[in-house]
Amino acid sequence: MAVATVAIALQRNLFSVVILGGVYSFLMATVLVALDAVDVAMTEASVGAGISTVLLLGALYLCGGEEAKPLHRPWLPLAVSLIIVGALVYGTLGLPAFSDALAPIHVHVAPRYLLQGPIETGIPNVVTAVLASYRGFDTLGEVTVVFTAGAGVIALLRRARRRKDWESEK
Amino acid sequence: MKDFLVLRIVAKLLIPYMLVFALYVQFHGDFGPGGGFQAGVIAAAAVIFYALIFGLPAARRMVPDGLVEAMVGLGVLLYAGVGVAGIVLGGNFLDYFVLDADPVAGQHRGIFWVEAGVGITVSGVMLKIFYMFAGRRRRARER
Amino acid sequence: MSAAAGHYSYWITVLLMVAGLYIVIARGNLVKKLIGLSIFQTSVYLLYIAPGKLIGGTAPIVAEGYAVYSNPLPHVLILTAIVVGVATLALGLAIVVRIREMYGSIEEDEILAADRDDGPDR
Repeated sequence: MAVATVAIALQRNLFSVVILGGVYSFLMATVLVALDAVDVAMTEASVGAGISTVLLLGALYLCGGEEAKPLHRPWLPLAVSLIIVGALVYGTLGLPAFSDALAPIHVHVAPRYLLQGPIETGIPNVVTAVLASYRGFDTLGEVTVVFTAGAGVIALLRRARRRKDWESEK
Repeated sequence: MKDFLVLRIVAKLLIPYMLVFALYVQFHGDFGPGGGFQAGVIAAAAVIFYALIFGLPAARRMVPDGLVEAMVGLGVLLYAGVGVAGIVLGGNFLDYFVLDADPVAGQHRGIFWVEAGVGITVSGVMLKIFYMFAGRRRRARER
Repeated sequence: MSAAAGHYSYWITVLLMVAGLYIVIARGNLVKKLIGLSIFQTSVYLLYIAPGKLIGGTAPIVAEGYAVYSNPLPHVLILTAIVVGVATLALGLAIVVRIREMYGSIEEDEILAADRDDGPDR
């Protein structure tokens, strides 16, 4: 994944950048399966590698496929990035180690959902039970966000003839 | 692209299976990985595949613009409707246990309709966005 | 050394995050910036899901024969985050398409120069 990211940063042909983005999403989905997050992996593979690639290719078709040669030296962004890497690595040293069973996230609410979820909702998939039942209100918010994005794209990309009428009125 | 025989045949073979797989993922989200979002995206991807191979006007004839726009709003309304049904039947907003005599069956019913609403909106929005992006250059050339 | 083994997943996340951030701030092409932003977002998904994994556990789908499950709560949050991320990407791309139609370019330098030359009432 690191290789894909570096290639994305250095490549100038935008079509290959989009395909590399799809490769990156598929690799991320594989890593997520290895981390036991099967719902998330399915969503990331379909949304990241499927829909995102289609939308990016559509936008590239409308925009042109080559990136201009960068004029500025990249030293300042590189320096800022390295400082941020140092700060974040220092910060994550305080977080619990990988697969620590006594970490706070495993101790408080999660066992209750894993034990009571199938009994109260009758559904073995605890992720769906939490998403649709226990935290159903958040999912309503998410569906509203998707709806708003659709409405926003419709508002932005509506027919060009309206703009022409507006311009001829000026 | 419909002049390429291999692509056309493969598309005709795959698209029905993609749609059935989307329905499977939608309704088996309770027992395995899946649920509304993944199913909506897979269904939209099936129609986008059809549009890529057979052309955007053919896809527009099969899934018209009005239907897609209706789907976008219907899913959110369905989700909120389940919530209001909870209020009407005596509980709080988005309570599922009041939807049936047996609270667990009520949960099943609530989650079924809620996931259906999510799937409808997500597939509608993804498809509509694709239609808007793919249909744009033609209108610009008409100018 | 045990600190390295225990925190390796966080360091990978940090590297991917900063790589995405570098693409956003150091490249001028708007579409590339959006792709960098989505790389940044996927690294955050990793940040949330990696601590939820228990070695020896399985996916959080309750079934006979399994005792240890990985934590389902981060999965729920990240499912929402992925969908919101693609919604943001779609809106961003729509804005880029409109910018291209208005300014004729999607390079940040050229757009800023056009704004400076033409004045504020373009």
